[in-house]
Amino acid sequence: MQMLLYDANRAFPLLGVGGGQRGQKMTSDFFKLIILGLITIFAALAADWGRDLAYQIHALIIMAVAAGMFIWVLRRTDEPNNGGIDANGYMDDVVRAGVIATGFWGVVGFLAGTFIAFQLAFPVLNFEWAQPYANFGRLRPLHTSAVIFAFGGNALIMSSFYIVQRTCGTRLWGGNLRWFVFWGYQLFIVLAATGYLLGATQSKEYAEPEWYVDIWLTLVWVAFLVIYMGTLIKRKEKHIYVANWFLLSFIITVAMLHLVNNLSVPVSIWGSRSIQVFSGVQDAMTQWWYGHNAVGFFLTAGFLGMMYYFVPKQAGRPVFSYKLSIIHFWALIFLYIWAGPHHLHYTALPDWASTLGMVFSIILWMPSWGGMINGLMTLNGAWDKLRTDPIIRMFVISLAFYGMSTFEGPMMSIRAVNSLSHYTDWTIGHVHSGALGWNGMITFAALYFLTPKLWGRAQMYSMSAINWHFWLATIGIVLYAASMWVTGIMEGLMWREVDAQGFLVNSFADTVAAKFPMYIVRGLGGVLYLTGALIMVWNMWMTIRGGQKVTAPVGVPAE
Amino acid sequence: MSAQNTQSGKNDKVDDVSGIETTGHEWDGIQELNNPLPRWWLWCFYLTIIWGIGYSVAYPAWPLINGATEGLLGYSTRGEVAQDIDEFREASAARDAQLASADLDTLRENDDLFRYAVSSGGSVFRNNCSQCHGSGAAGAKGYPNLLDDDWLWGGSMEDIAYTVRHGIRNDVDDDARYSEMPAFGELLEKEEITALVEHVRSLSGEEFDAAVAAPGAELYADNCSSCHGDAGLGDRDQGAPNLADAIWLYGGDREALTDTITNARFGVMPPWGTRLTEAQVQAVSAYVHQLGGGEEPAN
Repeated sequence: MQMLLYDANRAFPLLGVGGGQRGQKMTSDFFKLIILGLITIFAALAADWGRDLAYQIHALIIMAVAAGMFIWVLRRTDEPNNGGIDANGYMDDVVRAGVIATGFWGVVGFLAGTFIAFQLAFPVLNFEWAQPYANFGRLRPLHTSAVIFAFGGNALIMSSFYIVQRTCGTRLWGGNLRWFVFWGYQLFIVLAATGYLLGATQSKEYAEPEWYVDIWLTLVWVAFLVIYMGTLIKRKEKHIYVANWFLLSFIITVAMLHLVNNLSVPVSIWGSRSIQVFSGVQDAMTQWWYGHNAVGFFLTAGFLGMMYYFVPKQAGRPVFSYKLSIIHFWALIFLYIWAGPHHLHYTALPDWASTLGMVFSIILWMPSWGGMINGLMTLNGAWDKLRTDPIIRMFVISLAFYGMSTFEGPMMSIRAVNSLSHYTDWTIGHVHSGALGWNGMITFAALYFLTPKLWGRAQMYSMSAINWHFWLATIGIVLYAASMWVTGIMEGLMWREVDAQGFLVNSFADTVAAKFPMYIVRGLGGVLYLTGALIMVWNMWMTIRGGQKVTAPVGVPAE
Repeated sequence: MSAQNTQSGKNDKVDDVSGIETTGHEWDGIQELNNPLPRWWLWCFYLTIIWGIGYSVAYPAWPLINGATEGLLGYSTRGEVAQDIDEFREASAARDAQLASADLDTLRENDDLFRYAVSSGGSVFRNNCSQCHGSGAAGAKGYPNLLDDDWLWGGSMEDIAYTVRHGIRNDVDDDARYSEMPAFGELLEKEEITALVEHVRSLSGEEFDAAVAAPGAELYADNCSSCHGDAGLGDRDQGAPNLADAIWLYGGDREALTDTITNARFGVMPPWGTRLTEAQVQAVSAYVHQLGGGEEPAN
């Protein structure tokens, strides 16, 4: 929407409407008001005609947003507007907003995760009075989307905007379009989350939002891609830095995955339900082609882009090997896209597809580790900083967890291993060692890197709080991963346990009962991780407010 | 970025700390060393590729126009599981045959076969029956407890086997055990049902209101006794529950009894004869029989 407005802004001089800057702005404001008014009216009609509660609530949310923007634009028609662009510096306002959003959604996502962990241990927490909105089945996608798309997505978008400006030596392309991406993405998160609670889901893991939310995300994502490409094109550096290869591959591939996996036909434009275009095993294969590459490109390639900027910056050392970065980049993006079928071993999926998924997953092992090696070896000459700089320590542990989960993943894709691990908690433990360890830790470290810089402070308010965060999060992850290994392997063994005569020994309920103690341990791990994140948010808040608790600089480059 | 790195990168393209040359580019102070690929990394990468080629030749892997390559080993996941099942079937074939044709009335006399039946039956129960009757077989509201000696349709091993084989009140098996209690809400007045509820509570020795129950005895004799018996002891031929033993399938409080009499109940159990083998039916019957409440054959 704002993309259109922006174009209108630029187009008006050609039409010769209005005299000078002020006249142009008034005419474009006039168009903005018409469009926002139309959206408000349309959303009001949709709320009235909606066939289900989720759709109606969403229409009301959209109506409120459009009406609010209408009033906002109306009240500012007389003010000069240059889009808030500081012509002398980088466009960091949107990055600051992204830093705050990342911290906020992180806490929301971890809180939801900790709560549903305890729901599994104590089913009574699926409160009778909160049914059906707050049962495990609806809160689970709320948790996964909050951490992956809200926390991880905001981290990626704000890092992309920060990194692409610095490494291209230029400001973002596209003016106000950056705010459309930021706020449009937050609207997507709110629509997705409220939809889950109200029962609107297309039942595809990590792609639960219904058709109109998908369309909205597509618009936002294309705007993101356009800004990113535009900035790359007008760069002042001759070469494109490796972080940008990863970030660009992440943005392009996620757009492709999102479009194909969400091909569906709405039952009615006045309702949230839709019918998938693919069915049966084709649908399953498309879903896991999407699902696995959401891990590969969203949570791996995108975050490697962050790693390639923040780690050398924080360490003050050159990247270990340019050659390795080229080879592992191309190998990673080529191989990842084929690995999805390993999610469907021993199903209706033909054996040949399952074999290929497994083979590509195993060949993917070394390309994945290339990123870890390049990150860790970048610290050559700066390893002493591990003692003094808790931010470097966070980068190192995130790379360690990255290495561990990218070894564990190929191992679990082996058919024989998968026959034990599939459908068990081992899978849950695996994704969390990746998500909490790799994505979470590197994002925390990036936030600690960015917050003082973006708000013009010498460093974070409290370095010892970062230390606390580091240990709480690390112990939390260890509790989480270890308990899930125990329950996962235990239930896998119990499911297949047969007596001497070949009869199954356990009923399903026996395996559920056996997991109970480890579910408590997992919940405690979540509490620790959440506590660490709350400390971080407090620390960020104090830094932004301007307090300086510690005066001695920590983490100065090695001399 | 320390000043010293920036300078050395620009001037002689060598990183001072490591003494390794850089690529000469710099972005926001970040430089890149020109290190070669780590040897071990490269060799591991090659090894996984070679292994991948070998594995995809040995196993079904490459899609063709019709179907896909089948692999040199002739492996398939379906074939693997079929082989596993065959092995177990083969190992237990002799005993299963013996069990399938065994006379359940005398099964307990054959120690070895009975032990096998209980072991096998336990597995059948956990996988097929525990969803309704509970993994400990203690039942739930509407799903009978199989641990006690209160049987709706008979508690000898043969009776249990018939119930398992044909099920109860399903419309799949013509031989299913069948009976239907009328919904007395359509036949009696509300006060009459209230009186019946109190009378039924008196039968099982529960606390009841004698004044309200007064007309209940005659109503019971007219409407209920033909199935549940004059003393409320039930009738297994019709699956009519014993009302005098204080064991209630749907609850014995006033609200539940009123609901039962007004709307009747219609508990259904599927016929397992179509899903389980004959040996499995016999086995699970032996398992349920020995849980605690099994009865001797009637003769």
